Amino acid sequence: MNYDVIIGLEVHVQLQTQTKIFCGCSTVFNPDHPNVQTCPVCLGLPGALPVLNGRGFDLAVKTALGLNCEIARFTKWDRKQYYYPDLPKGYQISQFDLPFSHDGWVDVVVEGAEVRSQKSEVRSEETGHPTSNSSPPQPLSSLQSSPSLSSSITRRVRILRAHMEEDAGKNMHDESGRGRDSQVDLNRAGTPLVEIVTEPDLRSSAEARRFLEELKLLLTYLEVSDCNMQEGSLRCDANVNLHVHQPDGSKVPTPIVEVKNLNSFRFTEQAIEFEVARQWEAFQQTGIRMGAKGGHKATRGYDPTRGVTYPLREKEEAADYRYFPDPDLVPVVVDDAKLAAIRSEMCEPPASRRDRFQSEFQLTPYDAGVLIDQGRAMADYFEEVARGCGDGKQAANWITQDVLREMNQREQSIAEFAIRPDVLSALLSRINRKQITIKSARDVFATLLNEADESTGGSEQPPVAPQPVLSVGRIDEIITAKGLAIVEDTGAIDAAIAAVLARSEKAIADFKSGNEKAIGALIGQVMKQVKGADPQAVREKLLTALSR
Amino acid sequence: MQLTPADVRKVASLARLKVSDAEVASLATDLTAILGYVDVLNEVDTTGVEPMVHAVELHNVLRADLVVESLPRAAALSNAPRSDGECFLVPAIIEA
Amino acid sequence: MVSNPTALPLSELIAKLGARELSSVDATASYLDAISQRDPKLGAFLHVDRDAALRQAQAVDAQRTAGQPMGLLAGLPVAVKDVMCAAGQPATCGSRMLKNFVPPYDSHVVTKLKQADAVLIGRTNMDEFAMGSSGENSAFGVTRNPWDTERIPGGSSSGSAAAVAARMAPLALGSDTGGSIRQPAGLCGIVGLKPTYGRVSRYGLIAYASSLDQIGPFATDVSGAALLLEAISGHDPRDSTSVNSPVPAYSATVDQPLAGLRIGVPVEHFAEGLDPEIERAVREALAVYKSLGAELKDVHLPHSKYAIATYYLIATSEASSNLARYDGVHYGHRAAEFGSLVEMYEASRGEGFGAEVKRRIMLGVFALSTGYADKYYTKALQVRRLIRSDFDAAFADVDVIAGPVTPTAAFKLGEKTSDPLSMYLGDIYTISANLAGLPGISIPCGFTVAGLPIGLQLQAAPFEEEKLLRTARMHERATDWHHRQPQAQEG
Repeated sequence: MNYDVIIGLEVHVQLQTQTKIFCGCSTVFNPDHPNVQTCPVCLGLPGALPVLNGRGFDLAVKTALGLNCEIARFTKWDRKQYYYPDLPKGYQISQFDLPFSHDGWVDVVVEGAEVRSQKSEVRSEETGHPTSNSSPPQPLSSLQSSPSLSSSITRRVRILRAHMEEDAGKNMHDESGRGRDSQVDLNRAGTPLVEIVTEPDLRSSAEARRFLEELKLLLTYLEVSDCNMQEGSLRCDANVNLHVHQPDGSKVPTPIVEVKNLNSFRFTEQAIEFEVARQWEAFQQTGIRMGAKGGHKATRGYDPTRGVTYPLREKEEAADYRYFPDPDLVPVVVDDAKLAAIRSEMCEPPASRRDRFQSEFQLTPYDAGVLIDQGRAMADYFEEVARGCGDGKQAANWITQDVLREMNQREQSIAEFAIRPDVLSALLSRINRKQITIKSARDVFATLLNEADESTGGSEQPPVAPQPVLSVGRIDEIITAKGLAIVEDTGAIDAAIAAVLARSEKAIADFKSGNEKAIGALIGQVMKQVKGADPQAVREKLLTALSR
Repeated sequence: MQLTPADVRKVASLARLKVSDAEVASLATDLTAILGYVDVLNEVDTTGVEPMVHAVELHNVLRADLVVESLPRAAALSNAPRSDGECFLVPAIIEA
Repeated sequence: MVSNPTALPLSELIAKLGARELSSVDATASYLDAISQRDPKLGAFLHVDRDAALRQAQAVDAQRTAGQPMGLLAGLPVAVKDVMCAAGQPATCGSRMLKNFVPPYDSHVVTKLKQADAVLIGRTNMDEFAMGSSGENSAFGVTRNPWDTERIPGGSSSGSAAAVAARMAPLALGSDTGGSIRQPAGLCGIVGLKPTYGRVSRYGLIAYASSLDQIGPFATDVSGAALLLEAISGHDPRDSTSVNSPVPAYSATVDQPLAGLRIGVPVEHFAEGLDPEIERAVREALAVYKSLGAELKDVHLPHSKYAIATYYLIATSEASSNLARYDGVHYGHRAAEFGSLVEMYEASRGEGFGAEVKRRIMLGVFALSTGYADKYYTKALQVRRLIRSDFDAAFADVDVIAGPVTPTAAFKLGEKTSDPLSMYLGDIYTISANLAGLPGISIPCGFTVAGLPIGLQLQAAPFEEEKLLRTARMHERATDWHHRQPQAQEG
């Protein structure tokens, strides 16, 4: 490879508030009923004034804390001026020189292309949390990367800043190509956003995708955003260029391209891949470097249907946003008390929880990853079961296999899943206490689910009868009814053995003539008679009986 | 600070103002005069002086996150120069 | 039955309404008649809904007859500058841009007027978007000075000042960004008060310069101004810059003189450029205070000579942004002829705005643009703080600062329209209060030989409106300038 790919992302995240950032209109996604969630403020009517949504600001700070950002003690609001029909005031209220947070990072586990991790691990220990002016960090070898993914490394992606701003409305263009009027819907105008700007620390489209996945996981864990990309709750602009290696060892940067408004992880990945190829080809043909004539930064859009990026029309005069402090809004001062209050709302972020699942419950990185990536509810479910039954490995196996399988079959979320953590942990405890075999436990598990399905008339239809609570007690009822309890009563086993041996001359003969396998058939027959018997015990008793 | 007709046209385009040639001429004169006058501020030593954005020093004026009833659509669109009863209408926006 | 209610002093009008010797319907009707008689010559009103006003008056009378508790302004007609939104009534701001704009909501002050049982008698003319000092910048015709209809009434609250001066309304609301209440009050011989920034909510006030705009009262006397200020003041959660502090009962204390009053006389306000006739009248007013036992002290406002430059950079910068919303998309004028979207913006704004508004938008856009923002906008914000510091220092020694409102009396229509800068220079004495956020009041203190009114300006520290009004009332009680009425009203 004779060039490095350099990627920085600007991600817009919609905060999970009830109302807009500067007025009391609802933020519910409502594209089918345009212009029903507006008021004088978000319509930008003459005389209307903005007032900051306090909850929105707290969620923004929570987001920044999750991104390991420093929180500014003093932050203010600025007007960014440009004309567009979805921007009713002719300016967007945003933050310019004093954003509410800056200088954070997100660690992302990525597939390490090159093996150069040992040194850089040390290095990153030294530098600790990087700052925007320090050089992009090398990948550092991951403590949590699993043996199975030996080449995977942790990439620390630095966050330059995160600031708050209001969203614009929506312009709908005439698709007929007849140049009919465009429509403007302002339901969305004034929705609270946090714009997260990374340093150019990502080195491939796959890394960009992994970063976005980790970011989405973090923000949904923190419950600051639903990150619903279909509804535009998470949008992304990608800044892409290449550093082309020269024979003399130096590197030549190609002109930066900003690909705007990528509204899915896949499109982001595809758009970057297309840009890398396009820029490499362009550089080979023209040799134009960043900043040279014709090498200024350009903005492009992405067309998913054609799979290509295309130049967005440049404004006739260079944009001049004329930022200045909004005189209608006053600054926000964040003191220790406010910060502490917001911190107290924070939950454990997924990355550290992933680590803890490995250290505390001896899970493999893979299992820990599967559980965490399922979302916060699943991680909570696991943790309750693991603590309840005192065996994290056992809990992880059951949840990543049986529970996930049954959930998916029923198209259920973990919240809807009929077997609640207390019941599952009770079931698993009975295995650990050798009261039932794993095989029997699967039997009980299936029986419980069938009962749940029947009572709801199957997962398809809505419940015909109220869902019965699958109680811990029900487990024991099923065990007794099916006689699944492990039997230690040797009397019953001895009797069964005697009976079986009495009618198995041939098997006995085979065994004595050296056919070890014959014992299996005998064990099987005994087990038939004494269901809960421990197969191991039966085997030993048979051997002694036969050796007489 | 002398404003040329070219300067005036650039500012007018930033301001999205259509100006006639006559207006450009008079604006160049007027703005040049006013900018000449405001240069008196250069006499003032403002090193270390904090800019005064607000006439009253307030901070942390916040709203509770409670939904307030929105305007009926008809009211929202009532002053629109052009609408289709559901949306504001503007001449086709060229995207690419 | 009272013969001519419009000739009554406000206190008597209120007394007769309270005693039910006069109904609000009769009072309102006679003011409406005065409007139809006198306004054709003056052009003070843009919109009068006679029936709506009489319906409101009727409701107030019914309320009074029913013995219900009455609001502070019960049955009193109040004229409102066409810059404050009232649901269902036009709000043109004197601009072609908003010729057909009808807001779907009430401004905070209009809500307050309704709560005080006032009668909204009409919407008054103004310089377009409150940009102007003469009343000549309205897209709907000039307003004339009731004392001499060949002269300007001042601006930008030209209609409200002329309406009260000509007794077409006993009370009116204006807005003051650089003197737009105090200057026309001075030139029309009435009382006009600009409150402390944050005292009155700006919610529903169509913005010119957000950090300077403030709504205030016009009245024929100080008590009237106190009453109307009391009615519209108070915290509003919809305005982030509205201050949450209790509203004193201005109307109850206004008659109490202040003992040991210390009056500051700003040396810089009696320098060259001040018409000798004005200076004489103002010095007489100061003598009146001295005779009332007040102590006169020279104070210095060294940065006041930079106020006009500072103001015209800050105000136009904010205006260039506040007026960006008028693009012909969601409301306001849209041009008929255009090609692209950008052309629609430029044509609509080019046609919708008048010359002065365009001039100020251009200046503001330039002052904020890349490469110039630090030299112009930010520099002005720094000087602004120095201007405020001058006042803080002065008010450590004195209770109020007294001086002229304007350098000259009302000038002739068209006299300065060709020279915007000379027009701006007329705001020299009033502009500092807006930059510093202070309350200021203009009261009548004499007349020129030509018979034109002269105003005295009093300024106080932030939220000292009560002190300001009591000081003003002391002078008013000792003089009778406020009893004089322009001839224009008889007609």
